[in-house]
Amino acid sequence: MTIKYTPDHEWLNVEGDIATVGITTHAQDALGDVVFVDLPAVGTTFAAKDVAGVVESVKAAADVYMPVTGEITEVNEALRADPSLANSDPLNTGWFFKVKLSNPAELDALMDETSYTSFAANA
Amino acid sequence: MVPFAGYSMPVQYPAGLMAEHHHTRTSAGLFDVSHMGQLRLVGPDAAAAFETLIPVDVIDLPVGKQRYGLLLTDEGTIIDDLMFFNKGNDEIFVIVNGACKVGDIAHIQAKIGNRCQVIPLPDLALLALQGPQAVTALARLAPGVEKLVFMTGGNFTVDTGSEKIDVFLTRSGYTGEDGFEISVPAAQAEALARALLAQPEVKPIGLGARNSLRLEAGLCLYGNDIDTTTHPVEASLNWAMQKVRRAGGAREGGFPGATKILAALAEPTGAAAPKGTRKRVGLIALERIPVRDHTELQDGQGNKIGEVTSGLLGPTIDKPVAMGYVDSAYSAIGSRVVAIVRGKPVPMEVSAMPFVPTNYFRG
Repeated sequence: MTIKYTPDHEWLNVEGDIATVGITTHAQDALGDVVFVDLPAVGTTFAAKDVAGVVESVKAAADVYMPVTGEITEVNEALRADPSLANSDPLNTGWFFKVKLSNPAELDALMDETSYTSFAANA
Repeated sequence: MVPFAGYSMPVQYPAGLMAEHHHTRTSAGLFDVSHMGQLRLVGPDAAAAFETLIPVDVIDLPVGKQRYGLLLTDEGTIIDDLMFFNKGNDEIFVIVNGACKVGDIAHIQAKIGNRCQVIPLPDLALLALQGPQAVTALARLAPGVEKLVFMTGGNFTVDTGSEKIDVFLTRSGYTGEDGFEISVPAAQAEALARALLAQPEVKPIGLGARNSLRLEAGLCLYGNDIDTTTHPVEASLNWAMQKVRRAGGAREGGFPGATKILAALAEPTGAAAPKGTRKRVGLIALERIPVRDHTELQDGQGNKIGEVTSGLLGPTIDKPVAMGYVDSAYSAIGSRVVAIVRGKPVPMEVSAMPFVPTNYFRG
């Protein structure tokens, strides 16, 4: 199991060839109260950096980017029903979607926790 | 903190927008709205002079009462919306929007000339205390305020326990709730704010909740819902123009853009309105997707019929609500329109406003 982070303040929890994706604590804090998430359809394939969804707070709407190339295998219906999970538990039950990696080598370009922590501190 | 109208202002306090919104609806919220412009119009001709600038009855407004007004261009479009108060003794007290105040004061001075004094009051702060418990909290420090009804006001002394602060306040606001707007010398604003925040009912509220509260209350935000491209009739502000200033009234017209506005008031409304006429309406999304400002509105066939000017997930109504302009044919309550949100159609229904019942204190 590997945790990776993107400059868009998303996290990936990689197990085998499946990555679970969500937004970071820093991201939810910057957004404020999340009131709506738009999640991609299962079975859709995205290239890395494609817009795969939207997270909206009372303050603003932000695109959720696909961190890696792959196919959506599952989305978090619980988050769709209760978007506030993105605030209360962003790293766990507030996950967004799962993706089957097309090119695991793309993970090498992403940040580890140490790099992301200092990146977020300066964001 | 965000820059707003040349000031640095809090979008939200640590509690966050949702909590602040709910707190204001259930208890009492304190807003620092000192960016708003305050001014006095003084002289025996002040009311008559001011009436030439706005399509509103100024002359007959009783002493001690407040009214909503609109500054207009010569084309009848809206320069700003404002509140004015008859203080008696030939004095009108005016509050305008912060982002517009420099232009407003120049406009008022240019139009009024030397008919009365126009005195800007840049050293006055403005605090708004809003919510069902606002009267309880404020009356503890300023007994007597509980006797005021909505849209009235006067001079009061607030006793903080360590000092007595003279203020001018009105029982009004921008949230749909009961509450007060308190004008106070800047030097004493912090002491007043701290005294109010020390009351158990009161918490600080930021700009974010101010916006969600006013939208649920159906109140316009200047710059979003009304501006110099909109006139009062298409903005559904007919209620703000009293009969005395309309066709057949004792003081008909005589304000900027009167010809155009009186003609618009005489036109049929709804489906019978002339082609190309638009109306500001309330909208509720039928799916749980917030529909924000500048979102295109269409009929069911993909033709553009309007645009959203304000929109968010209303925390109290717990539905996505919006305001916008639609072709008059779609302005009737219950009309269905389609908002195009990130390329996807979201059905919306034209709704009466306010979205949340108002709780103004009328005695």
